[in-house]
Formats: sequence, structure tokens, C-alpha cells
Amino acid sequence: MSEVMDRAAVAAAGAAPLVRLRDLHVRFVTRDRTVHAVNGVDMDLAPGEVLCILGESGSGKSVTLRALMRLLPRTAKVEGRIEVAGRDVQAMTERELADFRGGDVAMIFQEPMTALDPVFTIGRQIAETVERHEGVSRRAAEARALELLELVQIPSAKRRLSAYPHELSGGLRQRAMIAVALACRPKLLLADEPTTALDATVQIQVLLLLRSLQEQMGMGVIFVTHDLGVAGEIADRVAVMYAGKVVEEGPVGAMMRAPLHPYPKGLLGATVHAGLRGRRLTTIPGAPPSLETLPAGCAFAPRCPEAEPACTADDPAPRRPAPDRMARCIKVPGRA
Amino acid sequence: MDLAVLCVMMRPMTDDRGGPAQPLLALRDLRKHFPIRGGLFGGAVATVRAVDGVSFAVRKGETLGIVGESGCGKSTTARLLMRLLDPDSGEMVFDGEPVGVSAQAGGITLKEYRRQVQMVFQDSYASLNPRLPIEDSIAFAPRVHGVPAREAQERARELLAAVGLSPAQFARRYPHELSGGQRQRVNIARALALRPRLVILDEPVSALDKSVEAQVLNLLLDLKEKFGLTYVFISHDLNVVQYISDRVLVMYLGIIAEQGPVEAIYDRPAHPYTRALLASRPSMDPARRRTEPPLTGDPPNPVNPPSGCRFRTRCPHAEAVCADRVPAPADLGGGHEAACHMAVPGSGHSQAGRLAA
Repeated sequence: MSEVMDRAAVAAAGAAPLVRLRDLHVRFVTRDRTVHAVNGVDMDLAPGEVLCILGESGSGKSVTLRALMRLLPRTAKVEGRIEVAGRDVQAMTERELADFRGGDVAMIFQEPMTALDPVFTIGRQIAETVERHEGVSRRAAEARALELLELVQIPSAKRRLSAYPHELSGGLRQRAMIAVALACRPKLLLADEPTTALDATVQIQVLLLLRSLQEQMGMGVIFVTHDLGVAGEIADRVAVMYAGKVVEEGPVGAMMRAPLHPYPKGLLGATVHAGLRGRRLTTIPGAPPSLETLPAGCAFAPRCPEAEPACTADDPAPRRPAPDRMARCIKVPGRA
Repeated sequence: MDLAVLCVMMRPMTDDRGGPAQPLLALRDLRKHFPIRGGLFGGAVATVRAVDGVSFAVRKGETLGIVGESGCGKSTTARLLMRLLDPDSGEMVFDGEPVGVSAQAGGITLKEYRRQVQMVFQDSYASLNPRLPIEDSIAFAPRVHGVPAREAQERARELLAAVGLSPAQFARRYPHELSGGQRQRVNIARALALRPRLVILDEPVSALDKSVEAQVLNLLLDLKEKFGLTYVFISHDLNVVQYISDRVLVMYLGIIAEQGPVEAIYDRPAHPYTRALLASRPSMDPARRRTEPPLTGDPPNPVNPPSGCRFRTRCPHAEAVCADRVPAPADLGGGHEAACHMAVPGSGHSQAGRLAA
């Protein structure tokens, strides 16, 4: 625990943040409706830090992640300031973006089969990335591809260079995708539920691999997940999202032991773990609000056991009961 | 309608036949292989041994959990239990009566069997007809089985209420108008419409968000008690299986590695695979992070399972005997069985008998 805290503290003490999001809003506008997916997210990530964005489907966690790389479709209206490594992502030209993606920032996905190209070998896909971004010869790029496959612990890496994605098992494919993402030693790795589709014994292998690679390369990582256990294994800090807002943020240990906001409290209570047998599970009644017409005030108030009239009057401002913790709830002590 | 009246109404239509000690469903040496066709004449070039000799019993009123990783045969087992697939060989006995044998011969026909055994699938959307209001989907099976339309509709509305969806608000809605959790409730209602005795739940909460998952698990426990049901609960989520099951079956590559009461499996796992599986659960406590994965590599392909013990290629305790002989299930007492040479004294494994107590 203390080691995790120290690492986070050291990382936070570093000068400029790797990622700075300020008041990010994303709306999806079509002719017949507008979906408010992200509604004012502030987020900072220090170099070398692992932040988990935790949330259920529709909470805006993946949209936030994609906005960082400008991967959203044209129907998305993005407002706010997005800075990665000191550069304004919103202001980049297409050409700058092409250098930025894969160079400074890389992303891994839940389903490697759709992220890898089925008609090229694994070796070629890694080498292509290296050639494109570093301008090295084909031969040097292929040597790097082999190194990378060894780095992600793919057995008999040399033989696997000439394998096509469909020839690999799920776990190896996920490792190959990580190798492609790490090809140019990005400063920031964005991970969108990369272990959700994997079996239990393979998931823990990939999580441990990602953590050791992150430590070796000193990358910043933003890891989106809906699984509290995954966050417990990999995160330094956790940001919990609900209806497009970060409702709570803090170091992983403190958050798991004693969450401040009623939503993560309910989520922890509803997560099945050993020792609950024979007892009734506590649930969060109802369902998340529609993102077309958000309720006034706190979006969680309709489901909240502690809600009172003041909750629906105004959007709760962030409160900080401790220097490294934040919750958007009027019941949380601390200055707003 | 009053819930007590509903409970009486919804009791299984068919009474208990074999007595409480007779297992509701007993399987012996069930096998299902799928040929892989290819080559010039489309002949079978290989076989996927999806379920390869599985024997177990489902006791009356219990919840039997089945866990395992992809390719271990748990979903094929579910489909065999439901008889959506015909087994290649093996025996199925439902409450003392062989399944698929005519009543004159002392058995139970498939039609009658399927009325008493129902299933809930993982994908709540794909398993509902998008063109039918959910009330009609629920009433469909009773109508096929000869229940008059009015009565079937009434039953559908009562079931909707029982799964926590107000009939006035939801009965005429279509599946796409519901959330994932609501749709799964509809699927559960539909499975109960024929008043079955056994419900097979194949990953029923895996696609749901955590807060909804807890709601559906609570609902399943309530319905089980109210309607006197027996569950087979299939999942890859070890925590959910521990929560809901009375007994647990651990499958690996088409065979049963270990089975027993839930406390025995989770507190005293005997098979190295079960131990590795349990140790692979991420801990919610960052202070207890692990540094070494319990297993390396992916589960092997069920097309060419290893000789002898199927787990030996990933097992940290594998020895020569494991490649030579298939381990027979060893009785560890109290219905706890593990198919591992280490659990059998005198099996030839250097650690044999260490586990037997």
C-alpha cells in the first residue's frame, strides 16, 4: 500500500501533468436527439501514474478516453480544454494528429481481433508503426518488432512474428495488440477495458504484464474499467464516473476502503465478493438517468438513499475533505 | 394479485415423483464432440471434444454452480442439459425417468422434459423476439403447450409483476424499449411461464452492470424460494458463483476437474486448477496485489487435449504419471471430488495422498 502511495506522490510532485482535462463536454448531436455523454470533466494525470476511470455503461468513461485522442465521430461536439504532454489536442491539424497518435499516445482496446488488421502478420503491423513514426529502415523496424514481442512475453516470439491475428489465442492476441501500442514508447497509454473479454487466469497475466511494462517504461496510463477488482490490481488513483461526470476521485486504497460519494458506496456494496453468502445483496435501486434529459442538480439524487431537497436544487460542486480526494456530494464535509 | 395466491398458482404443475432423495437430474458419462469439417471432400478432419465424459447430479432444490474458462465446455453442458443439443453418448435421468424415452417405456419424452426444464441466456436482447411485445413473448410457450390465450396472458402479467416489472407499464413494450436489466427480468419471467422445476441460467448476469447484477441476483434468490425451483447456474465469475451456489462444479477442457459443496471448493480446493482459478481473482485491496500470475499461458485447445490429465500442461505439480493416466475423480468426503493424481493415495505421484484427509 505505502509503495503505491509513494509512487503516486512522487509522480504527482513532478512538474507538468501529462494529461490536463478542463471542463470537458461531449454531446452527440443527431437530427432527432442530443445525448450529453460527458458533462464537465476535469482530470489530471502525472507522468508515470496509473489512473482508473471506473463506471458503468453509459457513464461517459470511454467517450472521455476517446476524446483524449480525438477519436470521436463527427457527430460528437467536443468542448473544453484537452492537453496531453503540454499540447492542445483540439488545435492539432490532421497531420499533427497522425504523428501524435501512436507516437505520444497509444490505445489498446477490449477486442484485439477488431483492433488488429486481419490481413497482415503481427510482425508487419508492429514494424509498420515503428517505420511510420521513427523513420527507420524496414530491417531495424523488424528487429524492434521481435524485441517488442519478447517484451510482452509472447512465447517463441520469433515464430509468432509471421503469425496472423487469427492464428493466436485470445491472450496472445491481447499481448500482440499491446506490443503494437508500445512500439514507439508512448508517454501515455489509454486502455479501454483491455482485460474484460479474457478468462480469469489470462486476465491476471495481462494485468500484471501491463503493470510491469508501465513501471519499466514510466508511462502514464488511463485505464477504463467497470470492474472494481481490476482497478484494485492496477490503479494508483481512481476516478468514478456517473452520468458524464466524475463523482469521486482519490487514491485507490482509500477509495476502496471508504468511498465518500453514495454512488461508489453503493457500487462497492453491490459487488459480489466472498463473505456475502447467505446475505441479501445491497443494490442501487433504479437505473442511470437518460443522457438526453439530465435531471437538475445531482444526477445520482433519484437513486440516492441520502438524497434531500437541496440535492436537486443545484449541481453539487467538488468538495475536498483531504488534499488528494474529491467528491461531488453536498453531504461530504470539506470546502467546496 | 396477492403474492401468496400467485405462489400457489405458480407451483410446478408436475409433482415430485422420485422423492426428495432422488436427484432431479442425473447425468452419466455425457459426451458431445463436434467434428471440424475440411479438406477436399468436407470430411471430418478433427474433433472438438467439447464435453468429454461428464457425470454429475443436480439435487432437488439446490443451486449447482458451474465455473470454468472459455472452451471448458460449460455452455455446451448447458445446451445438453436443455437438450438443445443431443449428446453423442451418455445418460440423462430426470427425477428417476430416462430423458427422451416414451412414457410407456418408463421415461419422459423430450416435449414433457422441456416443459419442466427452462433456460435463461446471457444475451438478453438476442433471446427475445424483437417483434413481440414482451407480454406475448412470455405467453408464447404456455400457448404452444395448450393454455388458452386469455389465461396465458394473465399468467404473463402475473409473472411480470413477480420479476418486478409493473404489468401496466411494461406489458405492451417491445424488447428494444427496455434496459438490459429489465430485459433479463423478462427472460426470467418467460423461463418461469411453463412452471418448470429446473432452470438453467447460462451467464445470466454477465452482461449486466454491477448495480443491476445485484438486483437480478436478489430476484433469482427470491424466485427460487417462492416457486420451489432448482437452478443450474453457469458463470465465469467466481464471486457470483460462490454467492449463489450450494454446490460447485469446476470444468476444464470438457471434463470435471473438481466438484463439491461450495465451502469445500472455495475453502479447501484440492485440484491445482481450482486453486489457480481462485488465486486469479483480482483482489479489491491494493495492499494485497499479487506479483506473479498463478498460471501462465492460455487454456489449450479442446481439439487436441493433452494426454492423461488435461491440466498437466499448465500444472505446477505435473509429473510423469499425469501424462500416462487419466486421473479418476477421488472422493475427499462430503461429496467433494477432485480428478487429480495428488488426491489419490498410491497413484504414483510423489505428492499423492497429501490432500486426502
